[in-house]
Amino acid sequence: MLLTISTVSSAASRPATDLGFLLHKHPGRVQEFGQSFGTARVFYPEATERRCTAALLLDVDPVRLARSRGKSTPDFSLGQYVNDRPYAASSLLAVALADVFRTARTGRCAARPELAAAPMPLEIRLPALPCRGGAALARRLFEPLGWEVEAEAVPLDEGFPEWGDSRYVRLALRGEVRLADALNQLYVLLPVLDDAKHYWLAGDEVDKLVRAGAGWLAAHPEKGLITRRYLGRRRALERTAFARLAELGDDVEEALEPPVEEDLTPEPPPGDEPPGTSGGDPAVPDLAPEAATGTSAEAGAGEAEPARVPLNVLRRDAVVAAVEELGARTVIDLGCGSGQLLEALLARPRFTRVTGTDVSTHALAIAARKLKLDRMPDAKRARLELFQGALTYADPRFSGYDAAVLMEVVEHVDPPRLAALERVVFGTARPAHVVVTTPNSEYNVRYDFLGEGRGGGRAMRHPDHRFEWTRAEFAAWASGVAGRYGYRVVFRPVGDDDPEVGPPTQMAVFSVAGERSEGDG
Amino acid sequence: MVEVKVPQMGLVVLVGVSGSGKSTFAARHFAPTQVISSDYCRGLVSDDENDQSATPEAFDLLHHIVGVRLRRGLLTVVDATNVQWDARKKLIELARSHDVLADAIVLDVPADVAVARNAVRPDRDFGPRVVTRQSKDLRRSLGRISKDGFRRVHVLRGDEIDEAVVTYEKAWSDRTELTGPFDVIGDVHGCRSELETLLRALGWEVSAAGAVHPEGRTAVFVGDLVDRGPDTPGVLRLVMGMVAAGTALCVSGNHEQKLVRALAGRKVRVAHGLKESLEQLAAEPEEFRREAAAFMEGLISHYRLDGGRLVVAHAGLKEAYHGRASGRVRAFALYGDTTGETDEYGLPVRYPWAEDYRGRATVVYGHTPVREAEWVNNTICLDTGVVFGGRLTALRYPERELVSVPAERVWYESVRPIGGAAATSGRDAGGLRIGDVAGTRFVETRFGGRIKVREENAAAALEIMSRFAVDPRWLVYLPPTMAPPETSTLDGFLEHPAEAFGEFAEAGVTRVVCEEKHMGSRAIAVLARTPEAAAKRFGITDGSAGVVYTRTGRPFFDGARMGELVDRLREEARPLWDELVSDWVVLDCELLPWSAKAEELIRGQYASVGAAARTALPDAVAALSAAAERGLDVGDLLERARRRLDNAARFRDAYARYCWPVSGLDGVRLAPFQILACEGRATAALEPHSWHLELLSRLTPDPVAPGSGAPSGDPAEASRLFAPTRHVYVSLDSERERADAVEWWTALTEAGGEGMVVKPVDVATGRVQPGIKVRGREYLRIIYGPDYTESLDVLRRRFLGRKRSLALREHALGLEALTRLAEGEPLWRVHEPVFAVLALESEPVDPRL
Repeated sequence: MLLTISTVSSAASRPATDLGFLLHKHPGRVQEFGQSFGTARVFYPEATERRCTAALLLDVDPVRLARSRGKSTPDFSLGQYVNDRPYAASSLLAVALADVFRTARTGRCAARPELAAAPMPLEIRLPALPCRGGAALARRLFEPLGWEVEAEAVPLDEGFPEWGDSRYVRLALRGEVRLADALNQLYVLLPVLDDAKHYWLAGDEVDKLVRAGAGWLAAHPEKGLITRRYLGRRRALERTAFARLAELGDDVEEALEPPVEEDLTPEPPPGDEPPGTSGGDPAVPDLAPEAATGTSAEAGAGEAEPARVPLNVLRRDAVVAAVEELGARTVIDLGCGSGQLLEALLARPRFTRVTGTDVSTHALAIAARKLKLDRMPDAKRARLELFQGALTYADPRFSGYDAAVLMEVVEHVDPPRLAALERVVFGTARPAHVVVTTPNSEYNVRYDFLGEGRGGGRAMRHPDHRFEWTRAEFAAWASGVAGRYGYRVVFRPVGDDDPEVGPPTQMAVFSVAGERSEGDG
Repeated sequence: MVEVKVPQMGLVVLVGVSGSGKSTFAARHFAPTQVISSDYCRGLVSDDENDQSATPEAFDLLHHIVGVRLRRGLLTVVDATNVQWDARKKLIELARSHDVLADAIVLDVPADVAVARNAVRPDRDFGPRVVTRQSKDLRRSLGRISKDGFRRVHVLRGDEIDEAVVTYEKAWSDRTELTGPFDVIGDVHGCRSELETLLRALGWEVSAAGAVHPEGRTAVFVGDLVDRGPDTPGVLRLVMGMVAAGTALCVSGNHEQKLVRALAGRKVRVAHGLKESLEQLAAEPEEFRREAAAFMEGLISHYRLDGGRLVVAHAGLKEAYHGRASGRVRAFALYGDTTGETDEYGLPVRYPWAEDYRGRATVVYGHTPVREAEWVNNTICLDTGVVFGGRLTALRYPERELVSVPAERVWYESVRPIGGAAATSGRDAGGLRIGDVAGTRFVETRFGGRIKVREENAAAALEIMSRFAVDPRWLVYLPPTMAPPETSTLDGFLEHPAEAFGEFAEAGVTRVVCEEKHMGSRAIAVLARTPEAAAKRFGITDGSAGVVYTRTGRPFFDGARMGELVDRLREEARPLWDELVSDWVVLDCELLPWSAKAEELIRGQYASVGAAARTALPDAVAALSAAAERGLDVGDLLERARRRLDNAARFRDAYARYCWPVSGLDGVRLAPFQILACEGRATAALEPHSWHLELLSRLTPDPVAPGSGAPSGDPAEASRLFAPTRHVYVSLDSERERADAVEWWTALTEAGGEGMVVKPVDVATGRVQPGIKVRGREYLRIIYGPDYTESLDVLRRRFLGRKRSLALREHALGLEALTRLAEGEPLWRVHEPVFAVLALESEPVDPRL
């Protein structure tokens, strides 16, 4: 909510107060500018010939902010009132800055044209800059632009030192920079650093980025990250009912989101190379790799050898091969997520009926979009069915398939609830074959990026995993299920079968006892 | 006068040429909605009742409507010519597929009369040729229509058509007028002596050829009186005598069915104890054999009793078959749900019908010997294998009490061990079905009527429930939301006790209790005295004896810590077991501190806002001060920035007060304020709050001064998990008591308390809110933001209507779940309202209320 811009001068012919000409704001006045979310004010805490400081103070009214969003976005979240926007240097400050210093950003100044065109000594201070990626990212973004960066982490609460640092840094930038460039850099980089989930996007954001980035963005080493973050993380859909329940349980919505990949890649800005093609975002340490890139997490281990097939692809292919060998023609994918397996199955005409079900309506919406359901030809569409279902509730719609697939699903079920899943799948739905894949926890030692888990031990591959099994644990579970429900089971490795710790993914193929499959020859 | 008797529930097919007067006949004898005419359907699909090109689709529609009506058990009359065999055949098949009887009423009118009638109707422009052809079809039909498959064919001619009177016949199975009380008796299998012992134990006066109960009870036998045992004739004599005297009803078992066939000289395999019956009966007089055969022959497959609330069938009966009549209904009732089909892999298709049973009627049956008679989804199997040396069991209805006597000896060796075929499947969490929760639903509650759950809310709840919630067998309740009072107009306050007192007084409540509102996380604690009690009551057999879960059903802690928490709570809850005469209890509580559950949220949201505010505002104050020193006019701005800095500090204190470090269980407290349910009693719906608070106070030391609920220095108290809930009672007609309570609230909230909940002392009914929360001024900074006190006038425009309505609905659902639990209803019935609460909680209502 506060930004100060200072300059110094030792030459009386060019007093520091000339800053007022460049900003088009008189140092002797307090000026007000109404914004849709509050009021911006410009005033000068100091204005001498030697040193002049302009302050942009943005007064955000959170109540007005929440209520101005209109009926289209239901005011369902507590976060809209208990919000850092009134204090932090967020995208709102960037918007206000762009508006208040509109002319200054163009670099035009009739009174001091030569001053506006040249670099000048500047010091910019932002006391509470939300910075996802920490002080280090602030340095990475500002230093290449010629700034000397002083960034100090703000503790979350001095009463609770164990909580650590907040996401804010106290930032000071010093350097010889053209004022217009400095303003444009702030305009672009404030929201990039903030990287807020609910960042507002207007249709012309790309144009704005191209204009504000003129002269400095193209050469910036972090161009990809800046573009991607500036254009925002488009949320596929608002899930108000789900968010309500998360909030009700004192939970953070993101923590409850299902493990599905969203297509977040924004349209590339015209005339620029596509951003974000370099893969993961190293500045985002709090995102588990699997959460960031869907089920390809384990594939991250193979990054050293980029030619390798990602594990999620290997796994999908292994499952497709398994159901093909079983001679299945109708397949239900229980826990289909974003529909990766469905797509592969639909591509093979031998599968006459392909059904995907997931407990998450969010996942189903993503699957429908990825499968281009609304544009799918009738003949293909007729083979596909998608619906919401839960594996802990018996469901007649699960019955009548040659094979059911539980690909990377069981590890998302709390152990005490596994018995219910077993009964629903093996007891009630009772397909001739069931293919189950799950991580092999022994292999986790091969993943350097997996640190320590909570309460010691190695971390799991995804925060939503309730457990990860060793090969012996998986075999014990699968044999138990097979015995209880009259199936026989065989095991297969998926991915590189390490002589010491086994494969990254393990697969069990169940068949109703006495049932012959094509694969049996 | 001709009496036309048609089935009360079933299909009536009118047969007659065009112009024979079917529609007139139908209009005279049946309600307009009961009559589905082909002309009407033709009109619906073509806008022209005579458009013959629309006939196929008109009949599709007709069959659909008739099917829906028959499925719903409605008498339905088809008004179409039906003079051709295949038209009638389709309708008979439709009736069969819904397991109802079909009658035909033929209006046999001479062709010339029909032609003459058509001639005067302008809309029937077809010539006499059509009628002549129909008439020919009818003539051909009349000879063999009785073989079509109708229960009865009524042919009316001439004056009979006008004089006919339609009367209704009940189904044989319909004895809904009998209200009992009943003693339903399991499979006897020739064990006469045990039967007599059981009847006496039930209070019957027994003689060789009959029995009466002094209180006028009626016995209902579930069949399989015969075979295997030592005295099949004796059992038959006794039961035949009771049935003849009207003191008993009996349905047929598969053994009676087979014995009748054997006695009639049909070729049957003599096995499964049939030999014993045939030998014993051979020693009886011929006349008795004949009577016995006639008796068994005449037994019907099931009875509906007590207004349809009780159904008795030998092997049970799924709901769709109650009161229906067809071959497959009879087969189901006699043999159970073996469909005789095989699946595509050659395995027999078996449906565990009792596990799937969702009907409201209680179904009592036998057929499959089980070790213990156990309720499965409101059904119970009474065959406890007396002939195999088990017991003979009776169910007293409506008491739902089981009475049994042991076998005098093993009379017959069982070929397979008596298993727990029924087992505990009714309590199996895997027994829940998607249809129990998904889609738009209406939940019937006894305290709040029918409550609607919208599909999208159910979808959100399904995700949370199945991904995060505890086992549904533990999840017997979810707490309802609670509304704040009407907004206060007092300067500086958004909420104040005065409005809460005023509202209750206006609703006619005379006495309320003000309970301290703990600032933690709402917690429901389900505690069993022992793991065995948990297994018995909740069907949880993993050795755990309780659970503590959040308001969205998530467990509070992971495995080991939960186990320790539950064990310590059970230990501390010991005084309750004897007091409540129960081995289990469900408590409504608040778990402290808030940070125990919500730390991530506090750090990510509250502490972050606090950090940003307390970092940015001092700089703003400094910049404005400097500007002021320069003589700029920023006085108001500076003052406002200073005030906001102060607000930020207060905001930080408000959340920090509810956070303290927790290590393991050290620092965790649980403050109970209501006993939701215990064995046989949904105490939340029955007992006043004074009862709850008095009983719970025995678990906690005397409350001291108001505070945040943080652990005190006293080590004895610090080690205790249960924390007290301070409270005061207020008689609303006493101004002084109201004022004292306001003072109490002020002291509580000024010391950092969240606020209080005002509840009517006695169980609230109707539209009275069960509780109103009055939150403190500082606490509300956490809800409305640090600076909310700056915009009180805007915030006062808040709308409570939806929140209040939601609170009432969720409260009714919660009490419904507890009552169903206490009454021993099946898992799906308890789960239904619990799930509905979660679904309603996803409704978009202003979360600050």
